[in-house]
Amino acid sequence: MSRTLQAPVTVAFDYTRSTGPVVGRFLSGLRDGVVVGGRTSAGQVVVPPLEFDPVTHEATTEFVEVSSVGTVTSWTWVPEPVKDQPFDRPFAFALVTLDGADVPFLHALDVASPADVTTGMRVRVRWAAERVGHINDIAGFEPLAPGEAEVAAPAAASDEPVTGVVTKVSLDYNYAASPEESLFYRGLNEGRIMGQRCPTCQKVYVPPRSACPADGTPTEEEVELSQTGTITTFCIVNVPFLGQKITPPYVSAYVLLDGADIAVLHLILGVPADEVRMGMRVKAVWKPKDEWAYSLENIDHFAPTGDPDAEFDTYKQHL
Amino acid sequence: MRDVAVVGFAQRQMPEFDGSPTCVELLVPVFKELYEQTGWTRRDVGFWCSGSSDYLAGRSFSFVQAVDAIGVIPPVNESHVEMDLAWAMYEAWIKIQTGEVDTALVYAFGKSSAGVLRRTLALQLEPYTMTPLWPDTVSLAGLQARAGLDAGVWDERAMAEVANRSLTDAEKNEYAIRKGGSSVDELLARPMYADPLRKHDCSPVTDGVAALVLAAGDKAREVRERPAWLTGISHYVDPMGMGVRDLTRSPSAQRAGAALDLGGVEVAELHAPFSHQELILRTELGLGDDVAINPSGGALASNPMFSAGGIRVGEAAKKIWSGEADKTLAHATSGPALQQNLVCTLSGSTEGKNN
Repeated sequence: MSRTLQAPVTVAFDYTRSTGPVVGRFLSGLRDGVVVGGRTSAGQVVVPPLEFDPVTHEATTEFVEVSSVGTVTSWTWVPEPVKDQPFDRPFAFALVTLDGADVPFLHALDVASPADVTTGMRVRVRWAAERVGHINDIAGFEPLAPGEAEVAAPAAASDEPVTGVVTKVSLDYNYAASPEESLFYRGLNEGRIMGQRCPTCQKVYVPPRSACPADGTPTEEEVELSQTGTITTFCIVNVPFLGQKITPPYVSAYVLLDGADIAVLHLILGVPADEVRMGMRVKAVWKPKDEWAYSLENIDHFAPTGDPDAEFDTYKQHL
Repeated sequence: MRDVAVVGFAQRQMPEFDGSPTCVELLVPVFKELYEQTGWTRRDVGFWCSGSSDYLAGRSFSFVQAVDAIGVIPPVNESHVEMDLAWAMYEAWIKIQTGEVDTALVYAFGKSSAGVLRRTLALQLEPYTMTPLWPDTVSLAGLQARAGLDAGVWDERAMAEVANRSLTDAEKNEYAIRKGGSSVDELLARPMYADPLRKHDCSPVTDGVAALVLAAGDKAREVRERPAWLTGISHYVDPMGMGVRDLTRSPSAQRAGAALDLGGVEVAELHAPFSHQELILRTELGLGDDVAINPSGGALASNPMFSAGGIRVGEAAKKIWSGEADKTLAHATSGPALQQNLVCTLSGSTEGKNN
């Protein structure tokens, strides 16, 4: 058995950004099949254009169309491309100074091996099949043989200025639980609720943590908790939201398991929502065993035991 | 300005940590080690500051979870930077300068191996025209290395010399995860990885945590006979775009160094995650052959994200504590291709301070 439970996790989010006038001008140009640079106060043509001048800090207002052909000024081989790079086969990243520009521009160069690249080689833009006003409207650079010319881009689908861009971000992780979290989830997979006691303050944490948040002491003593507890506080969910699994109204409650010093958040069923109250005694209702996993969802919900309510004094320290 | 010294340092480094990316499990024993070094309890720490990134952890609020390692009832005076430990230290140094606190413990943690580190770091780039191309860290360093090779500013042999010296020195560092030098010729005979970089030119993906303790004046003298006084600290940043700066140079490192008195520095711990970057830094900081560079093995031997820069400070401080050196330099970097640089000097005495 490995020391900790681990599982793949993908965190994905799309950033929607407004471009402002300078980046928008550049991306509108790409959509139209033209590379646009900006002129700095020193007279240099910079691609992509800088939003503000590096010396005067004035906004860039002078734009210059440059060639889609240029010269490699530096390059590096990418032997093992990572997800979402311009090519999924080995390629080069290159700094390319386009004809008419004074500084180089970073993009991918589509060549089969490092032997096919040299500093100083001539390259041209390969336009993407569909252009929407995004840096990926340039599919990459490709070598330009002597006598060849730049490739004109097919007409754009729109002439509206580009004002926004969506950058998709998706990150893959192998997520590991801490040893204490692993204990908790392994317990749930066996129908048990496991916590740990702080040796300094004697508080029992569920789920257990790597250190007692009050004392900073590792909580090493394992404690199996009762499956019965007390509702310390609750809310009635009336508002629908994306991904909601249960039809409102329903009750989410903090359940302080007997023997624990911190409540767990769970669902209360088996009682009308308007009858749920602080102090109500509830017990864990588990899903059928063949549905169990390393998850708190193994407990389907908590339901009233029918016992008299707990006295306020028994849980007032846990609110 | 108040006299502030580094009086504690602890670290843990490994190729792959199999625990939670909040790293509480690693921070608890590091803090314990620092309480032993200082004779303090957590109540003696006036200010806490951490460095980490949720992009590395793959979860939200990892730094909030990490506070568990401190124990915060009653609450503590705490802050966080999405930067390396060295910048957390800078914030703590400022905090001590304000007079609000006399002591600080700064820490950083990161589980680089949870994701694909060189890809994750593309999220620190300009989001319109760079990040969507996912230029990985190794590629950006490769473009920089090539620029210097083509310009004749350095050559492959000089890069291999840096790697060989680092891996040889790392044999004496119990925390280094890549160690064992051979010879420059043997290293040059190894295959290219990301041409022009060989694998030993690139720092290894490293998980880990590190922490430093700062104290002012007599508080520092109570902890150590020979505190490592922070006699100067300075940091600058260059533009992000790869096209708008001379990649063979690091003007921000030069400027950070020029703000300090670097005369008499005996040991320099430079945070150079790629071999050629050490060559740039040595030039920009004007470090001569009489300065011992990275006796710890440096970042080519291990480079835990968010603590590797601060580890340079800790290693430089150790040389002062032990009396091996009277003046040392530590450097930390952040961003692509040495974009941002922090330089500080540490000394066995408070004389000749810059700050």
